[in-house]
Amino acid sequence: MRSRPAWPVFAFAITAAIGTAWSADAGIYNLTVDQVSIETAKGPVKGIGYNGVSPGQTLRFKEGEDVTINVTNNLPTSTSIHWHGLILPFQMDGVPGISYPGIEPGETFTYKFPIVQSGTYWFHSHTGFQEPDGAYGSIIIEPKGREPFRYDREYVVQLADKHHHSGSTVMRNLKQMPDYYNRKQQTLFDFFKDASRDGLKAAVADRSAWGEMRMMKTDIEDVQGFTGLINGKTPEQNWTGVFKPRERIRLRFINSSAMTYFDVRIPGLSMTVVQADGNNVQPVKVDEFRIGVAETYDVIVRPMEDRAFTIFAESMGRSGYARATLAPQQGQAAEMPSMREAPLLTMADMGMAHEGMDHGSMAGMDHGQMKGMQDSKKQAGKQDAMASMDHSKMSGGQHGAMKGMKHSEEPAGTQGVKKAMDHSKMSGGDHGSMKGMDHSMMGMGGEKADPFYAAGSGLAPEAAEGGRFLSYADLKAQSPLYEHREATREIELRLTGNMERYFWSINDVKFEDAEPIRLKYGERVRFKFVNETMMTHPMHLHGMWSILDNGSGKWNPVKHVISVNPGTTVYMETEVDAPGEWAFHCHLAYHASSGMFRKVIVEGGPKTTAVDSAETVAALAKE
Amino acid sequence: MKIRLLSVLLGATVAAVLSFQAHAVDKEPLVFYGVSVEQLEYRFGDDGDIVAWDGDAFVGTDEWKLKLQSEAEFEERDDKYETLETQVFVQRLIGTFWDAKAGVRFDTPDGPDRTYGMVGLHGLAPQWFEVDADLFLSEKGDASARLDVDYELLLTNWLILTPTAEVDFAFSDDREIGVGAGISKAEVGLRLSYDLLERSVAPYIGTHYERKFGETGRLAEADGEDKDAWFFVAGLRLLF
Repeated sequence: MRSRPAWPVFAFAITAAIGTAWSADAGIYNLTVDQVSIETAKGPVKGIGYNGVSPGQTLRFKEGEDVTINVTNNLPTSTSIHWHGLILPFQMDGVPGISYPGIEPGETFTYKFPIVQSGTYWFHSHTGFQEPDGAYGSIIIEPKGREPFRYDREYVVQLADKHHHSGSTVMRNLKQMPDYYNRKQQTLFDFFKDASRDGLKAAVADRSAWGEMRMMKTDIEDVQGFTGLINGKTPEQNWTGVFKPRERIRLRFINSSAMTYFDVRIPGLSMTVVQADGNNVQPVKVDEFRIGVAETYDVIVRPMEDRAFTIFAESMGRSGYARATLAPQQGQAAEMPSMREAPLLTMADMGMAHEGMDHGSMAGMDHGQMKGMQDSKKQAGKQDAMASMDHSKMSGGQHGAMKGMKHSEEPAGTQGVKKAMDHSKMSGGDHGSMKGMDHSMMGMGGEKADPFYAAGSGLAPEAAEGGRFLSYADLKAQSPLYEHREATREIELRLTGNMERYFWSINDVKFEDAEPIRLKYGERVRFKFVNETMMTHPMHLHGMWSILDNGSGKWNPVKHVISVNPGTTVYMETEVDAPGEWAFHCHLAYHASSGMFRKVIVEGGPKTTAVDSAETVAALAKE
Repeated sequence: MKIRLLSVLLGATVAAVLSFQAHAVDKEPLVFYGVSVEQLEYRFGDDGDIVAWDGDAFVGTDEWKLKLQSEAEFEERDDKYETLETQVFVQRLIGTFWDAKAGVRFDTPDGPDRTYGMVGLHGLAPQWFEVDADLFLSEKGDASARLDVDYELLLTNWLILTPTAEVDFAFSDDREIGVGAGISKAEVGLRLSYDLLERSVAPYIGTHYERKFGETGRLAEADGEDKDAWFFVAGLRLLF
């Protein structure tokens, strides 16, 4: 796939000898976009791949390299490739209608851009429903310098949710019938079960409250019936990575699903998360993590025993799973866990507590007690969250986290809140301390509630075997990409939609009716995502980094996808350092296609012809 | 006339399919289509069997849809259409759960024909009731109304019990087609379906009861028909 002219190799050797190897590196890559066959649990289906396979083979770049990628479209329809998470001139970003017109059948488009970063990324078609149909692959970028962690071998673990229906069929079915693929709906027998557990009155009240809204507790995965794939292999085919006991293995997890979040664990091994969305994070040891659509997490595992381990990734709504194996030899397999019970959404996820919340009766937390809790907390890093607590910044996000409280007295589905919140420990009435409470809840009584879920959320995860489940709050940048500074302005984006008709929007406006979001080169924008829907939305801004505000200040992690859970408010900040026009959207394929999408125009800044901005990006990277 | 109309709709559907396949990230609204046959069934009755269907096809966007709806009852014994109703209307989004519709309805059974102008509402009421409420005005100047309510009760995620109710109300007599003022006709049904092939094909069995009221009932009896009838039904629900 990779071909290099001889002279750069020669040049490489010479410059390497004088110690400036990176500037002379230039690779040429050739990709064809082809119709391929993809394996699913229901047999092979027609799909799209690269160089004859789906997923495409890993592209391996080097930081500092100038890449040339020739993409030839062998499909009967137009196509495109977007380099997900890569910082590059906007004309190279691969979004038809925004970056360029796309690649017509038979045409070859040549992408040329400098590689200014390192880490785990991926690429996919940004045309129609080609990505759900299999048009994706992985990217590994080797860093210039040394990495702050060690490993002996590495594997890409690329997750996907391949459906036996084509992407356009799925979209059409959802438009006709939004619960077309939801086979986890509550039935008459669930009602009887609830009635015998909670009483008939409570069960009727519960059903009628949800019926009044015309919403479903089971509305977690819109598209069920998929086959979870790892590196293109079904659970039965069992992709296997071999290792020698005691080796450190770097697993580069990429979620290339169209619609599905996965909860990932390797029973018997703890995982040290070292990178999120391509950027190094301060290592955090977990037993399980949830990977949003389009996110990447690099973890390091170290199996000491001479046996096989199962990589088990069950979908957030428990409607499907992917499975792979790490083993000393090919053909070995470990026991495969069964999926846990499917979660149900709660009123907290509906954001229903907004109206019901009473600030007066919602007691803030006594600071003295907070201190005590800090002392007793078990996990590192909480101190930072507390230290960086800014009372003046108290806002909707924290309201979101408070929401469930009022509902925690209700019988159904709020066990999470009861565990997380001990009302007796609350005193005082200081609104300002709500933010602090939000963070500190994690340590309370040894239980932790993830502040990135609405309190009382049915989706808040727990590790399968009682260990630690990664939270966004755990992510801290290893070395910040940008100097920490105050945002110059805030833009509120309410994530909205109409589930019954299956259209999705931002601030109640679909893409087709929306004006672009205009940003100014050089500003730092604080985006406020308010999720007013019952679905989780992985928001992806092209071209510029998304700095997640998780209360870590200058150590806030730098990502390219920010997952916003139902009924919550999440902030991210973006240094507007890339001129041109970019896409900004929910990365759930059928949400993006039905309106949860915006064009972002960055005004001002350096000239934006492809060559110029390529140089600009390179120059910026060197700074 | 009807054939031409059908070919126009078919053409629009093909165009929609093509544009749907080509849809990229652009500012064009997504155009989609669908065919839904709620009932395609054989009704076994004491006084003869009936072949009946009730279905629609649409093409359009989230906001605007062009819909063709067809409803028929064919009496095997007499070899005649007791009901043959075609509605063509435009459906427009007006609220989170509701569409307004406006169009025409052609009744072309064996017997006198009628053409109506129609307006109506289609949507989902609280507690998951699917509702159609229509007003009709015939070329003779007679106004009538119809309320149709469906509900789906999930016994399992594949085995679904669907009660339905439909009531017709006439504001004036139209004796030529056997309709008297007031509540003219009601139909209730209970169908138990099983999703055999995804949501596409669901065979069902059930029961269907219909009754004509007041003057409409008397006109039916004068015509030698029963005012009411019970049927055992077996059929297919289709969606594609």
